[in-house]
Amino acid sequence: MATVTETTSESPSHVGPYPPHPEGLLAGPHNLTSLGDKIANVVIGEQPPPNAWWAFFLLGMTLLGGLGVAVAYLFYAGVGIWGINVPVAWGFAIVNFVWWIGIGHAGTLISAILLLLHQKWRTSINRFAEAMTIFAVSCAGLFPLIHMGRPWLFYWLYPVPVNFAMWPQFRSPLTWDVFAVTTYFSVSLMFWYVGLVPDCAVLRDKAKNMWQKVIYGILALGWRGSALHWRRYEKLYLLLAGLGTPLVFSVHTVVSFDFAVSIVPLWHATIFPPFFVSGAIFSGFAMVIWLAVPLRQFYGMGDLITDKHMELCGKVMLGTGLMVSYGYFCELWMAFYSHSIYEWDTTLQRVWLGPYWWSYWALITTNTIIPQLLWIRKLRTNEWALFAIAGSVHIGMWFERYVIVVTLSRDHLPSSWGRYAPTEWDWLTLAGSLGLFITLFTLFIRFLPMISITEMREFLPHGQGGRDGHAVMENAK
Amino acid sequence: MTAPAHDPYAPSTPAVYGLMAEYETADALISATRQARQAGYSHMDGYSPYPIGEVADELGFPRSEIGAIMFVGGLCGATFGFLVQYYLNGIDYPLNIGGKPYFSWPMFAVITWELLVLTASVSGVLGLFALSGLPQFYHPVFNVPQFERASQDRFFLVIEATDPQFDLTQTRTFLATTSPLSIEEVPE
Repeated sequence: MATVTETTSESPSHVGPYPPHPEGLLAGPHNLTSLGDKIANVVIGEQPPPNAWWAFFLLGMTLLGGLGVAVAYLFYAGVGIWGINVPVAWGFAIVNFVWWIGIGHAGTLISAILLLLHQKWRTSINRFAEAMTIFAVSCAGLFPLIHMGRPWLFYWLYPVPVNFAMWPQFRSPLTWDVFAVTTYFSVSLMFWYVGLVPDCAVLRDKAKNMWQKVIYGILALGWRGSALHWRRYEKLYLLLAGLGTPLVFSVHTVVSFDFAVSIVPLWHATIFPPFFVSGAIFSGFAMVIWLAVPLRQFYGMGDLITDKHMELCGKVMLGTGLMVSYGYFCELWMAFYSHSIYEWDTTLQRVWLGPYWWSYWALITTNTIIPQLLWIRKLRTNEWALFAIAGSVHIGMWFERYVIVVTLSRDHLPSSWGRYAPTEWDWLTLAGSLGLFITLFTLFIRFLPMISITEMREFLPHGQGGRDGHAVMENAK
Repeated sequence: MTAPAHDPYAPSTPAVYGLMAEYETADALISATRQARQAGYSHMDGYSPYPIGEVADELGFPRSEIGAIMFVGGLCGATFGFLVQYYLNGIDYPLNIGGKPYFSWPMFAVITWELLVLTASVSGVLGLFALSGLPQFYHPVFNVPQFERASQDRFFLVIEATDPQFDLTQTRTFLATTSPLSIEEVPE
């Protein structure tokens, strides 16, 4: 290890015996032990949960209670309590479904695509982003399920060999969606758990009491860090990443097919799959920022999730935001250029003449105009500015799906035009799904390591005990 | 750890699983493994808090089986998925959708792909656990108190007693030449 002399002006926060990280991805004097302690102490109770944790947990539980009430009344009274009707028959259920599943895409993007692209900065954020994915997909899956009317018959969606003498219709994008989302959830869960096994072994060996030792010991499956096991583990990790990458694209592509395979004007568009996928990554990174800021603020994780990470997330948001904006432009242009009177008239209804014109401009403001602030480096490196812009993206991405869904209110035939307005039960269900997400995420950071201990150790520079970056790509054989 | 209960007169030395040497760095473990291999040892294993590909290379495990398992698993899943869709929608309960042929294979591509990913992933994960013999909650290496640090900041090499060249004193002498922090006997 070459001795690097003082370059304190680079990073004043840096103290200790080690030189600053060359890429700014580590902002503290960490070695194998200090890193493990820092992350594991949150879980084993050495560092008690901050007050903010309780605040978020109670908020989540309260909203989750709201979800319980909303769903109970829904099951009692039926989907008529929502604002849905013909022609807007899906309403909030699909808006929220697509919104949540979009958020769920960044986790796999970070853990799989950035791994294949040798992006070392994924290491600090992949664990909680994967958790975010799983919880967001759970929230997403809730909506089609409760929208079904008779949700206890959900298994009709699968080809279960029972005596119906009937089978699902496999040429329908809605059936594809069932398989895509189920696969995505299962593969994300496996990827997450495989990554957690060595970390549970760390917790087992650090446990402060019998309960922790037993529970983390069971979760660790007796992992002992054998070189032979690691070899298989790394190969599996790489291959799961290799499969996860096209999986992410396929899942949101299939979600977009729910719309694009129909013949509704402005839905029947080939731009939909790439447009949906970039939108998903856009909103997913916004959620990563929303989760990373509290972790830095309340758990002091700023030396692992550094300003550099935040800036990189901002850049990904800027890039995918531009792709999404290109999609908005492309929709307008194709409607004009196609000379289809239905496409063009529906566009005019959406943008100006229809009753929901304001939602289109809310979308353009929050998703296209405000994210342009990310061009400014000062704002990318200021976490509260990033937090605010990410909030704008959350609203924008929700409106994007809203705008698409209310298109149905005015399409080909004016005699079948209608209106759509959500009821208080729609809003309560949306808030309740946020509660489910917050509750699951707060429980996750309390009971499982929010950052991968194993991968962070490997990521440490050679002189600090690590292997200077994630070596999966080189070592997976 | 103690002598078998059924034989009170057996010698009190416990059966030995192997000898465990502890190292401070990953590079020390790599070079120790290399030296052990060159010295002719073959039944051994390295333990580390994070993956070190070079150790597995030196242990003579240059390539894992996971790729083949996932390939076969994925292929089975994709074939099954495709055939199920064709059989159910084309033969068992033929559905005429927009006048499309019953064997409208492009429409089956999506679910075929999703099942390929699902079965490949499931077989990979099960393959990892099955080949590694996990879950395995008891293993002799856990008997060494120092081994707790294998998941923290230390690196271990264990030469197992089943090795044809294993000899308690000679192997210990050999391990001492690889500059370890400590050498422990691993009771069975």
